[in-house]
Amino acid sequence: MSEWPLYEVFVRGKRGLNHVHVGSLHAADDAMALHNARDVYTRRNEGVSIWVVRADAIAASSPDEKDPLFAPAGDKVYRHPTFYSIPDDVPHM
Amino acid sequence: MTTTVPEDVLLQQFDAVIARNDRIEPRDWMPEGYRKTLVRQVAQHAHSEIIGMQPEGNWLTRAPSLRRKAILLAKVQDEAGHGLYLYSATETLGVSRGELTEMLIEGRQKYSSIFNYPTLSFADVGTIGWLVDGAAICNQVPLCRTSYGPYGRAMIRICKEESFHQRQGYELLMTMMRGTDEQRAMVQESVDRFWWPALMMFGPPDADSPNTAQSMAWGIKRNTNDDLRQRFVDMTVPQAEALGVTLPDPELRWNEERGAHDFGQPDWDEFMQVVQGNGPCNRQRIAHRRRAHEDGAWVRDAATAFAARGTS
Repeated sequence: MSEWPLYEVFVRGKRGLNHVHVGSLHAADDAMALHNARDVYTRRNEGVSIWVVRADAIAASSPDEKDPLFAPAGDKVYRHPTFYSIPDDVPHM
Repeated sequence: MTTTVPEDVLLQQFDAVIARNDRIEPRDWMPEGYRKTLVRQVAQHAHSEIIGMQPEGNWLTRAPSLRRKAILLAKVQDEAGHGLYLYSATETLGVSRGELTEMLIEGRQKYSSIFNYPTLSFADVGTIGWLVDGAAICNQVPLCRTSYGPYGRAMIRICKEESFHQRQGYELLMTMMRGTDEQRAMVQESVDRFWWPALMMFGPPDADSPNTAQSMAWGIKRNTNDDLRQRFVDMTVPQAEALGVTLPDPELRWNEERGAHDFGQPDWDEFMQVVQGNGPCNRQRIAHRRRAHEDGAWVRDAATAFAARGTS
């Protein structure tokens, strides 16, 4: 028998926070994945909301192309506030 | 954008990540030995959590009060959860859940030798929480910093929950120690039986642990077996005093010079026997796991059939 599909689980810890990836599990369908996620990942009030998504539905960047993919950000130091020198006596900046 | 990077370059990159104490993540290139070692260790850890439900599950229907029953049920459920976190981590290394279950019930992968000892009295539930989970915590806290990301993250979740396990066990024993002479004797007898197997949980002495050096170089393990065993003994001695039990080791004494306790060695021949499948409960544990897996096949099939009908 083939295995149930793999789901990735994301939990919102409390209102105001993003959903964060917490792990994965197997389930036959979406409803079972949600139930299992509740039992496996929120036994101690760790969340107020759960997302489950089939792992095979996720498109991910490849670690091999990590350098070229993120290279455009490397030489743009002017995107950071610390690039700009402002006199110390200028307040609130 | 597929470029073939030569293996020695990949190995250099891998070594650099390890050297700066960074984490390896699932889709990174890794040496085959690193992957194999991790699969072996994390799967063994996962299997231990799953098999570990049995000795305590043995007392679920006979817990002496609703309070103790609810606590024990929650604890056994946690062990199932810990097993699942760790199976998930193992699967990121390219082994399927089905294969892992097969390897456990066919005896091709191991689990901790401690779960091959029987739970003969309810005091054992307390002793397991105190000593067995205490030893597990000693082992697991440094593993939160292990070099493989998914394993470390699973360990962080587990360690948060493990503290409840140890405290409920110690509290259970304290309650019994405040009871009758008979209850105190039950606690002492239980501690006598579990002390040495608990010390064995850290694995053989460093001199006989051939994989330790490589595992530490890879950042998979952070401490040697003997270091962790020493740490456990030093932590446990004052807890035993507070509880009012003795630890069954005539060589156990404080060594002022070392600032640590001297203690005797467990019976390593017994350990090897248990690891090789000849402990008191090995066959029973695996037979039970196999039966649960096979008896559950129709449920898995039915859920698959239901899902296939529902989504089309």
